[in-house]
Amino acid sequence: MRLQIEGSQAVAAAVALCRPEVISCYPITPQTHIVERLSELVRNGKIGSCRFINAESEFGALSILIGASAAGARTYTATASQGLLFMTEAVYNASGLGLPSVMTIGNRAIGAPINIWNDHSDSMALRDAGWIQLHAESNQEAVDLHVQAFRLAETLSCPVMVCMDGFVLTHAYEPVDLPTQEQVDAFLPPYEPVQLLDPDDPMTIGAMVGPEAFAEVRYLTHHTQLRALEEIVTLEAEFLRQFGRASGGLIERYRTEDAETILVALGSVNGTIREVVDELRDAGVAIGSLKIGAYRPFPVGAVREALHPCRRAIVVEKDLALGKGGIVSSDVKMALRGLPVIVQTVIAGLGGRSITKASLFQMINEARAGKLDEPHFLDLDWDVIRKELARRQQRRRSGPTAEHVLRQVNSVASKMV
Amino acid sequence: MVTAAELVAVAAFLDGKYAQAFPSFGSERMGAPVMAFCRISERAIRLREPVMKPDALIIQDPTLLHQVDLFTGLSPSGYLLLNTSQEPHRLGLDDLMARLPAAHIRAVPATEIAFKQTGRPIPNAALIGGLAALTGWVTLESVRKAISQKFPGRVGAANAAAAQAVYEAVRSSRTASERERTHAVAD
Amino acid sequence: MADQRIKFYQTGTFTAGNRLLDEDQRTVQARMERTNSLDSGHRACQGCGEALGARYAIDAAMRASNNRLVAVNATGCLEVFSTPYPESSWKIPWLHSLFGNAPAVAAGVAAALEAKGRSDVRVVAQGGDGGTVDIGFGCLSGMFERNDDVLYICYDNGAYMNTGVQRSGSTPPAARTMTTPAVGPRPGNPFGTGKNLPRIAMAHGIPYVATASVADLHDLEAKVTKATRIRGARYIHMFVPCPLGWAHDPALTITIARLAIETGLFPLFEAEHGRVVGRTTIRRKVPVEHYLKPQGRFKHLFGDPPARETIAAIQAMADENIATYNLLPAGVEDGLS
Repeated sequence: MRLQIEGSQAVAAAVALCRPEVISCYPITPQTHIVERLSELVRNGKIGSCRFINAESEFGALSILIGASAAGARTYTATASQGLLFMTEAVYNASGLGLPSVMTIGNRAIGAPINIWNDHSDSMALRDAGWIQLHAESNQEAVDLHVQAFRLAETLSCPVMVCMDGFVLTHAYEPVDLPTQEQVDAFLPPYEPVQLLDPDDPMTIGAMVGPEAFAEVRYLTHHTQLRALEEIVTLEAEFLRQFGRASGGLIERYRTEDAETILVALGSVNGTIREVVDELRDAGVAIGSLKIGAYRPFPVGAVREALHPCRRAIVVEKDLALGKGGIVSSDVKMALRGLPVIVQTVIAGLGGRSITKASLFQMINEARAGKLDEPHFLDLDWDVIRKELARRQQRRRSGPTAEHVLRQVNSVASKMV
Repeated sequence: MVTAAELVAVAAFLDGKYAQAFPSFGSERMGAPVMAFCRISERAIRLREPVMKPDALIIQDPTLLHQVDLFTGLSPSGYLLLNTSQEPHRLGLDDLMARLPAAHIRAVPATEIAFKQTGRPIPNAALIGGLAALTGWVTLESVRKAISQKFPGRVGAANAAAAQAVYEAVRSSRTASERERTHAVAD
Repeated sequence: MADQRIKFYQTGTFTAGNRLLDEDQRTVQARMERTNSLDSGHRACQGCGEALGARYAIDAAMRASNNRLVAVNATGCLEVFSTPYPESSWKIPWLHSLFGNAPAVAAGVAAALEAKGRSDVRVVAQGGDGGTVDIGFGCLSGMFERNDDVLYICYDNGAYMNTGVQRSGSTPPAARTMTTPAVGPRPGNPFGTGKNLPRIAMAHGIPYVATASVADLHDLEAKVTKATRIRGARYIHMFVPCPLGWAHDPALTITIARLAIETGLFPLFEAEHGRVVGRTTIRRKVPVEHYLKPQGRFKHLFGDPPARETIAAIQAMADENIATYNLLPAGVEDGLS
């Protein structure tokens, strides 16, 4: 059924169709609308015998799901930013124990300074925790990825994060085609656990593992992620067959065939990038784009194959490895090792700063002219930086950085950034 | 404004178009200044930046007019719908108004109209009726339907009535200014 | 079930005395059908009060639940000594997740069982004082206020024992631990700190709160049995001596636990929905010195000269408990001196 609804509402509807049995949540912007809607659906009996638990913290929320999953229930939660960090211990625990759960991440920047707007620092912070990470480009894809995620998690006994850009997608009203219950049931069978807390067949789960066995157990978790590389492709094809829609998959190429320059990105910015590609193509520029849909496992082979013929890959990423630079660009460089492709890092959109067509055009021109710094910070106000650095030199007790930068920028609430 | 942009998007959807609406929050809390954006298109919308060059601007809270930089980017043939009971001339917007075609600017007391119809001074839904009248990008019928879908029962009906009242107010004021022009020419 | 030989190694308990009772009055431990859900072969220290208490509690809970029980365990001594890789001494379904989340994980297990129509299976969560009173406190409070259907048992040995005897929010005043050493002007754990978890549990208004001790097996089993049959959030706080951390003779585990009761330092009581509904009176009151002296962690109080003020302050705490819970009704005299 086609609807014009808020992204969060669409995701809540999709999750409900997947027949979760235990949902446990703690509120955090920008995921609140999802969990609010799910609590309403549970209360109204729209999700069978599902239990909805208001946890005392995100750490509590995911811990509740660990117990529920081990007891054989299909489980779901959602979080972002600080909340994801607060549950870090449980995130590693869930993947280490091999318990399938699906968690929506409404991608949001991590503080300090506190910031509620979109970037990818949260899911990036936990990229190596053993969860599969899928990124949605649109609200339609967010809906579809949740359906695929439950199946993926349960097939592999590996938890899955579905990442969607906070506010940009969660709070955007877009047309979405929601599947029917029959369609979802045909795609997603009931959960059959690999391990189960069952008095009729007792087992001990969560024992300590020493040096004699830890490496093997750890490798097996890594192996599960590598299996996911195939499973994600399989599910993409099956989803297309059953739902008639291309969604998910490891990567998606756009006009890359004879492209000299290819932009690479995760998530919703791919929409804007395709507009830029089309306009530049109309102007005769050989340019294309590559969307990375599955960030973990990282599709090394697929990325290499997609990018190897081009001259230049520009990775536009909404994250910054402090003290180092790009994260996704490093992954891309690794995938392209040995090949003469120039890989450029563009750090953009931090803390919710909009990535505009105009800025992308300018950046691409500079890159093609060989004049782009590396890494490049898109739309960074270097004047503000210089002034703040100079101010700090004046005395030791120079005060908090964030407050002084805000004063410089003279930020007004509704000013478009 | 978030609800208004959402309603525009739903109305456009009901008219068979593609639409995208999203907010730009200044803060998490209710009552903080907020901008919201909407795009309407015949084709699927991929762009995700804020609307930098609006074809129309709805000012719901005139007290923000000079606090926030609202008008850069407004197209020279753009539309401006102001929620105010005052004459536009008295809002200090003469420069802006000189840029735009006269027929594209309308002031309407949407808060008062909404209050009369719904008992609450919330003009969001009502203003969309004004947008429909001013631009024709969405039909009144779809605006009413979108409002009824969002707000159940009597509340929806009252807001839809408010939207219709604002629609008619904008239409009749257009007719009035056109009449003025005709008179001026005739003089 | 085949015959099993039950060996009675503990002295000072009344387990062996069960032979003189009618069958239906015997403890679970004295029965042939006791499940030994925490089986022998685990790696607990000699004289470990927690190993004893866990076996007592889980066997009683198994009986009360018709052997349909799932256990969730926090990180700590019990978890470590009961599951030395690659072995496990648990004969029931058992899950260890993290240090601070056992109450939440247990709540999740209970929710899943309910969602799947399996509420005949009961859930027990277990943790030491560290995992319960400190790092697990947030999750515990959440489980209480939601009234999740979990029986939480805290094995309180008054410190982080697994990591080498560091102070916790349950360490008694004046006790020596590695992070409250017996040096300086005020040796040992400071007075005026610490949390009273049973009272905090009562403040949440949950259906059942009780204190229990390895020194009173009948009482412990009765409380676990009663708790297992109640639905909603339940909490049992169990006193379990630790010969290693407390530096006492491992043969005195039960004796020291009994002295804690008889001095009044560890009151035995039950509460329902925030109100005390029962307590065990002291049979013969004992001055706190008798409890403190056998433990090396209080050795610094008995130097030359002894720390009379500190001992008096501890005595005052014991007397306050006796008054609060009416542990010495009129007519009972002071005991040994």
